Amino acid sequence: MLTFLTRRVLAGLVTLFVALFLMYLLVDAAMDPLADLRQSTAPNKAQLIDQRIEQLQLDVNPVVRFFGWLGNAVTGDFGVAWRTGQAVTVLISRAIGSTLELVTAATLLSLVLGVAVGIVSALRQYAAFDYIIIFVSFLLYSLPSFWVAVLLKQWGAIGFNDFLGDPVISWVVIAAIALLSGLLWMLAVGGGGRRRVQTLVVAAAATFAMFAFLQLTNWWLQPRVGPVLLAVLGVAAALAIVAIIAGLQNRRALYASLTTVALGVVLFFPMQQVFDALPLSNWLLAGLGLVTIAVGLLIGYLFGGPDRGVSARAAALTAFVVGVLIVADQVMQVWPPYYDALRSRPIPTFGDRTPNLGGNFWVGILDSLTHLLLPTLTLILIAFAAYTRYSRSSMLEVMNQDYIRTARAKGLPERVVVVRHGFRNTLIPLATIVPIDVITLIGGAVITETVFARPGMGLLFVESLRNAEIEPVMAYLMITAALAIIANIVADIVYAVVDPRIRLDA
Amino acid sequence: MSTSMNATPPDDKLENAIELRDVAGLSQGQIVRRRFFRHKGALVGLATLLAIIVLAFSSMGVGPIPGWWTQTGAPGPVVNPQGGPTASLPTWLGGDGFAWGEHPFGQDEIGRDIFALVMLGTQTSLRIMAIISIVACVIGVAVGSLSGFFRGRLDTLLMRGTDLVITIPTIVIGAVIGRIFAGISPTLFAIFLGVILWPSLARLVRGEFLTLREREFVDAARVAGASSSRIIFKHILPNAVGVIIVSTTLLMSTAILLETALSFLQFGIQPPDVSLGRLISEYQSAFSTRPWLFWWPGLFIVLIALSVNFIGDGLRDAFDPRQKRIPSRRKMERAQRLDRAETPGVLDASSGRAAAPDARDGDLGGAGGPRSGR
Repeated sequence: MLTFLTRRVLAGLVTLFVALFLMYLLVDAAMDPLADLRQSTAPNKAQLIDQRIEQLQLDVNPVVRFFGWLGNAVTGDFGVAWRTGQAVTVLISRAIGSTLELVTAATLLSLVLGVAVGIVSALRQYAAFDYIIIFVSFLLYSLPSFWVAVLLKQWGAIGFNDFLGDPVISWVVIAAIALLSGLLWMLAVGGGGRRRVQTLVVAAAATFAMFAFLQLTNWWLQPRVGPVLLAVLGVAAALAIVAIIAGLQNRRALYASLTTVALGVVLFFPMQQVFDALPLSNWLLAGLGLVTIAVGLLIGYLFGGPDRGVSARAAALTAFVVGVLIVADQVMQVWPPYYDALRSRPIPTFGDRTPNLGGNFWVGILDSLTHLLLPTLTLILIAFAAYTRYSRSSMLEVMNQDYIRTARAKGLPERVVVVRHGFRNTLIPLATIVPIDVITLIGGAVITETVFARPGMGLLFVESLRNAEIEPVMAYLMITAALAIIANIVADIVYAVVDPRIRLDA
Repeated sequence: MSTSMNATPPDDKLENAIELRDVAGLSQGQIVRRRFFRHKGALVGLATLLAIIVLAFSSMGVGPIPGWWTQTGAPGPVVNPQGGPTASLPTWLGGDGFAWGEHPFGQDEIGRDIFALVMLGTQTSLRIMAIISIVACVIGVAVGSLSGFFRGRLDTLLMRGTDLVITIPTIVIGAVIGRIFAGISPTLFAIFLGVILWPSLARLVRGEFLTLREREFVDAARVAGASSSRIIFKHILPNAVGVIIVSTTLLMSTAILLETALSFLQFGIQPPDVSLGRLISEYQSAFSTRPWLFWWPGLFIVLIALSVNFIGDGLRDAFDPRQKRIPSRRKMERAQRLDRAETPGVLDASSGRAAAPDARDGDLGGAGGPRSGR
């Protein structure tokens, strides 16, 4: 293990050095810091050009300049972006924060959605649902992201804002949506003719009820979760979670999860006071999340029984969902004032913050969420396609293995076969892709950030390249390249951890 | 008793029997062609791509040869208010009778014909796509086969080289390269983009070579005194051609998305050359007033990428011998009847095939390289 790490890190350092050296020469060739001066009509043009050549050391050989830059960079001095005079370290740290927000949300969502859909698609291989998913993932995979981004920006944002001006969906449209979702659920769940009709009716009715609820309570303009909705959604989540990870006949897990929901509903009103009293920050919120999960684990554990782990896991997941719903309620409470403050155009199309917004912590969260909405959607659409395809083919591969046949042959219920034997092994190849994806994405979703003008890493790179500022570009390259190398090492280690057949000694 | 056993043989056996009967007496190439032409998605993709190529090159002409479309994409008088499309729907769709008009795709604010611009852009994008994939394919195959065949120090060196290229996201290197070369010549730009897109292909080819070089027919060739180059070109490469073709196809869709994305960021094709990405970038602010300026170039990018992806999928199915097709019920029943009539020995011979997973998306899934255009 240690030899492996040393070897890889050393090789990585050499790669990093060579990559940076070559990129420095390329970037230097790509930039023309004198372009604006050459076209200027200032009388002291020649003098200005000389001045800038001296300032940027343009008369020095780029190879020599590279080593000068590298020497400074190693000691932590990334220089300044010469046009604005800002320190690169400041620029980068600001950009990384913005990018992380975007990337975390997008990756998590697309991963969960993509893996779930991919697995269902694999389980329904060659059924209508499978073909629909294959086609949709092909289509999404072929979409140019800049086109989607512009489309969402010009159409999604403006359309949705217009819709919020008069939030009424006609009942015909709601019925059509309900029927469509019923059909999709029917195809996804499968089963015999009777089961299909049941699923169709139940799913369509549920969708219809949901939209009717949103419509009739004027939810679009005054969204709330509230204790009743919390109870309904919490119970639904608990049932779904238990059905998947423990099976509904596991009463202990079911009761543990339902207890967690009940606790959440009971705590709903006290939590309002607590939130008002606490000095809120992102860290505190994350801490509260951990506490919530711990409480869930504890409840599941206390229910005891022969298999405590399963109950604890189910309860912890339920607790997390309930916690998210309670926080969502807090965020929704500030929606009406936020909506008014932004003059009824709450979905923005650029930036990552509304300047000079004011308001409390929740307003800040809501503001960054509305800014995240469209860029995240853009990224999800594309990443979703990739994850669906990966998890589908991986699941197909796994479900053809002998140990699956063995599991079925010894009489395990299909849920256990799919979740414990199938799903877990499906994650092995994904475990090597995800770290690489996440870490490379920190290099910024260049196009998405540019279209939505989010001041992240990608936009920093594009702007600096346009402005012929080599320092920020090189700092950006150094960070992305280093992260890419680390990602590959991490992926190898993760692979060895999740798959004991792989050993790192070699 | 034995008849009842025969009446319900395992499905796998039947499928194998059907497959064997289907391909009896055909060469590898014929089998691949057959399987490809059975893949409806791939056929539709191929037809669409061919139609787009013919349309783009015949309408605007190639080089000195003029095309049949009379507009040139130069500014002119605006026909419809705002420059809306002149094409009208046939009467049965509620239009005023079907007609193309002078500017079927519409015009921009200075009266340039969008059909001409989109066709020119499609030409550029297709040409760049072709150059990128040829360059990446040649480099990738060369690096991959040398590395996989000779192994040892050369392998380490070449693989470090691929690591080097993979370290930096393609769109980032692409932007830098675009800054240097795109203003000069689209062809040079495409060649250099090809130079950064080869690593994924090289890795796949290397893997293929590593397995193939251990096979008996390679040993046999070596014992017979064949030189390394003869083994590589005559014995291993023909066997690796499936992987190469499939991943090159998938690389093409990566290539067109990369090029259009770079042009969109204005690091790619510069005026006076037209590119689909560049058109979208120019017209993105006109979306609310003149949506046709934005829809057409995007539609053509999506169509090209989608059909290339479908062709790649069809090729993968065609080349992958493990690919399992589920025969229709009627075929299964017919095979069952034939099966009863024949001696069981035929079937036993074929059932040695392991039930392989369907590798539709997985095996070569990453072949096009990581999605660069995020």
